[in-house]
Amino acid sequence: MKKNTNTKVIKMPEASRIFKRPDSLRDIDNHYCAGCGHGIIHRLICEVIDELGIREKVIAVAPVGCAVIAYDYWDFDVTEAPHGRTPAVATGIKRTRPNNIVFTYQGDGDLAAIGTAETIHAANRGENITIIFVNNGVYGMTGGQMAPTTLAGQKTATTIYGRSLRREGYPIRMLEILAPLPGVRYLERVSVHSSHETLRAKRAIMKAFKTQVDGKGFSMVEVLSMCPTYWGMSSIKAAERIRSDVATFYPLGVVKTY
Amino acid sequence: MSKKILMCGNDACGEGAMLAGCTFFAGYPITPQNELTAYMAKRMVDTGGTFIQAESEIAAINMVLGASAAGFRAMTSSSSPGISLKQEGISYMAGCELPGVIVNIQRGGPGLGNIAPAQGDYFQSVKGGGHGDYKVIVLAPDSAQELLDHTSLAFDLSDKYRNPALILGDGLLGQMMEPVELRTQSPGNNIQNKPWALTGCAGRKANIIKSLLLGDGVLEAHNIKLQQKYATIKEAEVRVEITNAKDSDIMVVAYGSAARISKAAVAKARAKGIKAGLIRPITLWPFPEKAISDMADKVKKFLVVEMNAGQMVEDVRLAIYGKAKVDFYGRMGGGIPTEDEILAQIEKIA
Repeated sequence: MKKNTNTKVIKMPEASRIFKRPDSLRDIDNHYCAGCGHGIIHRLICEVIDELGIREKVIAVAPVGCAVIAYDYWDFDVTEAPHGRTPAVATGIKRTRPNNIVFTYQGDGDLAAIGTAETIHAANRGENITIIFVNNGVYGMTGGQMAPTTLAGQKTATTIYGRSLRREGYPIRMLEILAPLPGVRYLERVSVHSSHETLRAKRAIMKAFKTQVDGKGFSMVEVLSMCPTYWGMSSIKAAERIRSDVATFYPLGVVKTY
Repeated sequence: MSKKILMCGNDACGEGAMLAGCTFFAGYPITPQNELTAYMAKRMVDTGGTFIQAESEIAAINMVLGASAAGFRAMTSSSSPGISLKQEGISYMAGCELPGVIVNIQRGGPGLGNIAPAQGDYFQSVKGGGHGDYKVIVLAPDSAQELLDHTSLAFDLSDKYRNPALILGDGLLGQMMEPVELRTQSPGNNIQNKPWALTGCAGRKANIIKSLLLGDGVLEAHNIKLQQKYATIKEAEVRVEITNAKDSDIMVVAYGSAARISKAAVAKARAKGIKAGLIRPITLWPFPEKAISDMADKVKKFLVVEMNAGQMVEDVRLAIYGKAKVDFYGRMGGGIPTEDEILAQIEKIA
């Protein structure tokens, strides 16, 4: 057999790793439902913490709600807080450890119902903390009850005919409430319903943490998130619902910046 | 002994905290403890610590939870209705095994009640107060000096056992002015002894502070561990003062302001030839049940005096367990028993 002398050895470039699990995110399965936004948001926070190189300075405060065991997934110091008291606990930590980076992770029930006073007053004091506010419009952990952010007409376990504005009042826009407070420096509403919006969400979370790192004061990012289980729809339809309905009432974008 | 300073009990309580190395205080206005928050507001600013006037009693206790989780000595104070609001946070701190000092300068209840001195919060203080099986170390001072000393001690006990500690005073003790020696035996805060504290995970595994324990049997195991800790505290930390222990036929049992008035009544009874004595529990939890039980082996008449409808008397009866007769005299709703009222009760029983 004639030897093929025309064979050329093409040297491939060495493989470089362009995507990996963030160091701040533990390599374990999570308990979230299929299509839930929490996993994405956990990851975005961990990516930002890694990129800022602040993992060893971070102290997080976990909420009561679906994300209560966020500390099982995050690989940095975390404490639990009683339901809604999250910004008060964060205040106690940040005031005693001003050089640490302190953030809370809160759902809509935690932040905008039972913890409204703690949220507004931490913001009004201009606490140099960061709040990641996950708004999915329902109480997921307890079985899908109405949240303060539940949209008009939305069916939940406690609004079985749909949220009536006359009976249950209006959904609450927290960023717009906080915006006039002088102690508040950075507010942005983002979403994780598409890869495009997820990238924007990461940029907002990055800016919020940088606001704290630079000592500028209170920062909060509201992340619109899917709850297919208690919205009673597929993951794809839940993502579509954010675009069509949720983000209409809660417009995406910067609400306040410096 | 260093020179004494004339100060009110609330201020003395605050200074006791400062001497013990407290660097964080959060509170909310409520009478009759307002001198204490004002005192801490000044002292914290002067010394580089943190004072926060919180938006609520609830926020204040949770700020203390945060500062304590971060490894610092932290305190909050209030009066009865405000202490009710703090119970959720205290339960979480007990569950998370976080230290911290809570001061209750009691007033009359229930509800908004009034602002007069009372002892209506005994059950709330020693039986748990919030949800779940837990105990708080409860110290009951009877003077401005003891408000200083016991607040200082409360920080040490709280750190030692990783458990909240409560100072149970009342409006009388908080408001009255007495000479106080500024002293402490506290070593102050030692963050090296708090490897569990949240400091940022540099050079170690991440620390997690939590009370949610969902795994099969995990919460029960945690509760068993807590109960073992409480048993250790009961063994080691009971404090009680007994007057006329050797030759009394009748023992008055009272704490705080009621004990102070009872002490004078006991002296009057002695002057009249009645062999009366006084048992003053200093720790209300752990309760001096053994001291009381032992006393009931030789003394057969007891009189419990409280500024409530009869709360500690239940624990006294449990301790005595039928070995002696236990009578009760109480005033409620801010009523303060006089020496002569108590003397009349002693004379009636003797």
